[in-house]
This record gives sequence, C-alpha cells and structure tokens, in this order.
Amino acid sequence: MSGLDFTGLDTRPAQVWGGVRLVPLVREEPVPGLRLHREVYDRFGEVLVSPGVSYVSYIPHGLVADWSGEQPDTRPDTQSAAYGTQLDTARPTAMAVERHHRMVKRRPSKGKKGQPAGAVARCRFLPLHLAMEGYLALHFGGPAIAWQEWSREAVRQGLSPRSEAAYRGLDVPGLADALRVFEIHPDQCGVLVYVADALAAAFVVPHPDDYRALHPTLLQDMYGELIHQYGYFGRPVPDFEARLGDGRHITTLADLRAAAGARERAWSESHDTVMARELLGTSYAFERVRRMASFDMYRFLPPFRVDSDGQHIGELITDHKGRTAYLKTFRLAPAQIRRGHLLNSLAGDDWHLGRTADRLGTTPEEIVRRIRAAGFGSLLR
Amino acid sequence: MTETYADLIAAEDVLLFVNAAVTSTGQREFRSQAYQQRLSLDFLHEYVRVNYRTVYAASLALDINDHNAARVVEQLLRTAGEASGEQKRTEGRLIAARLARLPPQRVYRLFRALRAAKVGNRRTRAILRDWLAARPDLGHDAVKYRAGLKTAARHFHLPLTTAAGTDTDTGTGTGTATGGAPPAAGELGDFLFKPGVRPRYEHPLLDAYRRAHYEQGAVYELPFTVAEGFAARHGVARETFVERIAPRMTRLERLRTQREAGADGAGAAVRTDLSVMPLTRLALYALSLTTEERVRRRRELTGALRSAARRAAGPYAGTWGRVAAVLDDSYSASGSGVKRRRPLAVALGGHFLLEALAAPGAYGAWWTSGRTDPLLVRPYGPTPLGMRVIDALEYAPERLVVVSDGWDNAPPGLAGEVLRVWRTRLDRERRTSVVHLNPVYDADGFDVRRLAASVPTAGIRDAEDLPALVEIAQFAEGRTGLAELQAYLDRRIESFLRTYERSGAT
Repeated sequence: MSGLDFTGLDTRPAQVWGGVRLVPLVREEPVPGLRLHREVYDRFGEVLVSPGVSYVSYIPHGLVADWSGEQPDTRPDTQSAAYGTQLDTARPTAMAVERHHRMVKRRPSKGKKGQPAGAVARCRFLPLHLAMEGYLALHFGGPAIAWQEWSREAVRQGLSPRSEAAYRGLDVPGLADALRVFEIHPDQCGVLVYVADALAAAFVVPHPDDYRALHPTLLQDMYGELIHQYGYFGRPVPDFEARLGDGRHITTLADLRAAAGARERAWSESHDTVMARELLGTSYAFERVRRMASFDMYRFLPPFRVDSDGQHIGELITDHKGRTAYLKTFRLAPAQIRRGHLLNSLAGDDWHLGRTADRLGTTPEEIVRRIRAAGFGSLLR
Repeated sequence: MTETYADLIAAEDVLLFVNAAVTSTGQREFRSQAYQQRLSLDFLHEYVRVNYRTVYAASLALDINDHNAARVVEQLLRTAGEASGEQKRTEGRLIAARLARLPPQRVYRLFRALRAAKVGNRRTRAILRDWLAARPDLGHDAVKYRAGLKTAARHFHLPLTTAAGTDTDTGTGTGTATGGAPPAAGELGDFLFKPGVRPRYEHPLLDAYRRAHYEQGAVYELPFTVAEGFAARHGVARETFVERIAPRMTRLERLRTQREAGADGAGAAVRTDLSVMPLTRLALYALSLTTEERVRRRRELTGALRSAARRAAGPYAGTWGRVAAVLDDSYSASGSGVKRRRPLAVALGGHFLLEALAAPGAYGAWWTSGRTDPLLVRPYGPTPLGMRVIDALEYAPERLVVVSDGWDNAPPGLAGEVLRVWRTRLDRERRTSVVHLNPVYDADGFDVRRLAASVPTAGIRDAEDLPALVEIAQFAEGRTGLAELQAYLDRRIESFLRTYERSGAT
C-alpha cells in the first residue's frame, strides 16, 4: 500500500464561497460495519509529572470509531451519529477525562446479544493528533551515532521537546462562512477543502449521517500556517461554471441532457486529475496504528520532497480491500516540509553531516545553517 | 428604434430597484448578514430617489414590501425640497394610499424615524393627521401603540380629539376591535400625557388598561400584546392566559400561539381557521410543522393551501395553459434565523398558485431534491437546477416558472446554459416562456441573482403576487424601454389609487 484509494467516492461539483472551494465526495452506498461518532470533551486532561509540574492538554473534540455493527438508533430515518452536547444520558457523549489523553484508546462497547459485554469494538481517537504525532515523532530518537558535531543532549534525549504550531479552523478567515452556506449532498461522505485553490484538508467518513454530524467539526480541526495566510490574503476564487458551447450539435432535449451530463463528468475527471493530484498521486509512508476487525487504522507521512507543491500528513482507516473508509489530512506548511526533508536526509546518512552534505550537493556548513534555521540548533554542539 | 441607450439603462435601474424593494427587508439572509442587506438597500434607495424620483414614488403602488414602503415614504418626506409641486401632489396621494395599507406598527415606526430625522413640516403633519383621523379607534392605538402615538402626537402637534369613524375592520385584525365610540375629548390626552389624573375613563379600553394594573379580569379585555405584559406581572400561567385571551388576538397571533394553547394536538377543538389565511402565511405555517404532523393533517393543510391559491389566482385561475414549475428546496431555501424557511414557503405557495393558474391537469412541478410530495418538502441538499430545468422542459410547457434563489451549484451555471441553448437552438419560435422568480435579494449584486441574461427575473416576497410579478418580469428581458415601463407604472398607480380612494369614499 503506497497511495490513497478513493474507490467508491465520487466527486460532485464544487461549491465556492469567497476564497474557499469545497468539493463534496459522495458514496453510492455507505461503508458497512464502521461508524464514527463525535465525542466532546468538557475538561482538559492533566497529568502530574512531578510535584509542581504537570502535563496539561486540551482537545476540542474526539471521534469514536465503532465497528461493532450495532446501530445507535433503530429508527431508520433519525440521525444516528451523536453530535455535540445532548441531553440523552443513556449514551453519554461528554466525558470528563481525568488522565492523559492517549491518541488512540480502546473503548469497551456496550453489551450486545451474542457478544460478551465489554468486547472491544470501539475506539476513541483524536482527529489529526494521530497524524500530527506521526510527524512530530519523525526521527525523534535523534542521532544514532554520536558524531562529534552533536551535543550531548541530542544524543541522550533526541529531538525532545519537539513542537509544531497550527491554526484552528475557526481562525482561518472565510472557512466558517463557507462551511455554513455549504449545501450538503444527501449521500455525501466527504469533502475536500481548498483555500485559495490550495488543498487544505481532505475529510472522508464511512456514512452520510456521520458526515452530516461531523461537518461542523472541520472548524475545530488544525490547519497549517500556509492555509491561514491564504485565507487572509487569497482573493475570491472563481466558480468552474458549466459551459455548453454554442450548442450546434444539440437538436433535441435528450442531446441537451447528454451534454449537461458530460459537463458533470468532465468536472469530476478534471478535479481528480488536476486539483487533487497532489493528494491522490503521491506515495506515502504508511504506519499501521491499529487493527479494528476488518478495518485498519494508519497514519501516513509524505515523501517530504522540497520541490513539490503540497504535502499532506494524515490518518486513514481502510476496509479489507484497502478502500478509504475514514480519512483526515493536514497540509504541511513549506517550513514543515523542509524540516521533514532535513531530518529524513540526516537520518538517511546516519546523522553524518559531511555525507549528508555530499548527497544534497552542498557543504557541511550549509547543513549546519539549515539545522539552525529549522529550529534544531540545540542539537548541535 | 426610438429608445436611447440611457432609456434602457433607466428601465434597468428601475427594475433593479423594484426587485430589491420587493425582496429585501434589511434582515439577515442565508448568504448575507443584515448589515450587508441594509447597506446595499440604502444605496439603492438613495440612487433611485435622486435619479428617478417619479418612479421612486410610483414604486409605492407596486407590490414592494412594507419595510421598503415605509422607507420610501420616509425618504420622500425628508427630501420634499427636491420635488416640484406637481410631483408633490402625486406623492401625497400615493403616500396616503400606501400608509392606509401599511400595518399600524410600521406607520408608528415611520413616525419615530421622521421625528429622529427632524422632519416636521406642514405637508408631513397633514399626511399624518389624515392617517390618524382614519384610524378606527384611537383609544385602541393609545393602548396598543402607546409610545408610538405619544411620540407622534407630541412631535407633530397632532390633535388627538378628532378621532372619527367607526369602521372597525382595517388594520391588524378583527379580534382587537372594540367597535366602541372614540374616546371623549381630552380623555386621550390625559391617558397619554397625564396618567393617574382621572379616576376612570369613559372609553372601555382605556379604562381596562387602568384596571388591569390591579384587576386580573381586566387583562382579558386588552389587546394580546399589551395583555401579555400584565399577565406576566400577575403571574398568570401561560396556557390559561393564551386560552382566555384568544378572542382578543389577531389572526396571526392566534396562529403563532396555537401550539402553546394546545390547539395543534390531535383532537383539539379550537383551532385557527386556516381557510382564511393568506397563501404564503399558510405555507410558512405548514412548513413549521413536523413531518408526522403534516402527514396527519394532510387533508386540512392541502385543502387550505388549495383554496388560498384559488383566491389568490382570482380571475386568472385556469388561464395559463400548460405550466411547468422548477422549485428550489435546497438547503439555502431554509433562509435565516429571522426569515425562517421564507424562500421555501414562497416556492410551496407558488406551487399551489401555479397549480390553480394552470389549465386543469396541465401542471407539473419539479423540486430540486427530486421530491414529489410538496407538503413534505424540507430544505436539504444541493441545487441541481440545470437538470431539473431539463426535466421540466420535457413536459413541453407553455410557461416555465423557476422559483429559486439563483445559486445553481450542482454544477454551477448549468441552468443558465441549458436555458440559453434551449432558447437559441431548440425553441427559437418561443413556444415556451420562461420566468425566474427569486425570493432572495443579493446584497453584493444590488439585484436578485439571475440564472442567465436571457431569462427574465423578478424578485418575489409573497407567492400571492406571482401573477403581477410575472408581468413585471417581462420588462426585465432588457428589450423594453422606459416609455413602456412608465406606461405600465401609470396603469398600476391609477388602479392602486382608485382602489384606495373608492374605499375611502364609502
């Protein structure tokens, strides 16, 4: 497995609001056996590290993946995905987190006939944190060989502490309005978010009801610095309007209908091959985080090539055929891509500055400058 | 070709303004905020008033909404110095006729606006005096619009003693009418300006207001909105209050509160008579119900909507031939928090009205969601207008009416392209006339959003106005000049004034 498989997801015409273009992805039928719910945390997590020092984390929302196949509600027409705060106490969606938030945590499911109560068929995870953790942990161990250039802390503690900044969706100008006026398709299971025509995020869920419930959570997600800036400075993007030409070959209504249908297909093809190419055409390094019955949860990292446009990290749940059931991506800012590239290059040459410089076609001094510029100066002696 | 280029532009400007004045109420819409709507509307008002003052005044005779009618009156009265004597005379008649049709609370708000603008000239005073004189019962106004009447009387030095006439069925509703004689001389003045001076009032409403401060029974003699405050002060339970005050409510108040009164329940006896409600109100009410309730009351709701549509169609019923409608029930039809489901209600009302207008059995409707049961529509999903227009054209209609906010997004712009190709390639003989009616004012474009340049577009607020708006929309094809439009306006003004002045004479 090296790329994303969007089989079963069809692209529908984009809806534009200001500088934000939202491309809906539609499934003909939902992925059987997996549902996502939203979990709202009303407290922050806190762990006492040592007297006077505590680790505090706040997470806006979490997702619960449920592969038990049990329907949360038996009525077919009601919305079954839990959303936000709700008064029904039978299935609490808001829980106090006393301990440290783990990125993926097994949750015992409710007892069901033929299945012992407490069998694990659900897990809670924090959207994008899984992916971000993968990026932060990239070569986290630091130099494997204690070359003389590296400081003692670098050898002993690696890259710790490592941090990255991101913006919340609410802080990206125009995104909130664009999501508000977006008209969700009846079978919609995903969306691609473009800000100033740069792919900012991809979001796919297994079931249309889940999508309807989770659509607003795109505002709680993280977006890279680039997207934030594009939101501020990007101009309104134009609609790709359907054009039927002068209609010379159209003589009946059936022709007209065929021509209109062709326009829709043309858009879908051009989108997948041109606009979403950087997401769908890249090969990623996948790391499996969990098995969930017939589903697998991965996080993935891009190849960190400095010459290409957009690179995305993300998390993914696939079914047994490798088709995407859940996907959430984060577009790295150029500086973040460069950092990843630098770490990859160093690790590829066993953290030897001279050899790395040779392979990149530059000098060791330049590599040192790059390390300092990337914020890793403390690693150097 | 006698039309000049300037004439064409003028005609376009006028239609632009009429579209805006029909649709926009300065409130939040699905895609724009209230301030954007107001800013855009303010500009249009000023632009048209300065450049086409006659037409600006004439718009009062058209179906523009109350918000804009009040604004037009205010602007005309504020800038009387720019008008010639002849213009002033026409304006005066139009203003008087329009004020008589406005709900009283709007007129009192207009009084306040004029006061804030420091307008108090003789002409304004005369207009307001005449309006007040025509009020059926000033005692009722003094109780219900106390602050408004007080402000007006003080600022415009209006005599409050000359209230005349016993005509009880204009204004808000029949429920509040007391039918009593006007208050005795001086009583009204004391009530407004020297409360507590008189031990009791001759006029029953004024006296009820005095007694309601300490006597619970007197609360139920007052108009609903006034009684609400007293009921809260006396701590009356809401259900009891709503039930007992019911005879004093206006038609709309009764409809609004009937859920609280439990009248919507399955076996409720007291229920507002839906058959007398106007079409769009009725559609809004139907859409406010849950799906189960709509299914349960299907016969009643459909019957009421049909009869309201027949009433609205009037003499035109069954005269439109074969009609196809493309109706928008996409998510954007949900409107905004202040105009809840308005675009959808217009589409639903339009559905029943077009059914009445079409020849029997020659009507087809296509909702954008693909739904076929009009009573169960809800705003959901994208707007694939283009495909629906093709579906409707296959019905081979004589008239195609599109009711939509014009945000065609699946795929964008297809509807316009389809209609263009249809007109240029498939229907050059113009067998089908196409009209687009748009319930939403696009603040950024200073007009309602169009599907295509070749499709005449008109703004619409109430489904009842649909026949008249289709007539106006014909001017919007861009080929009609100012002269023709002016002739049309003159016709409308004449009939508008005739209706008012005849009713005033009797």
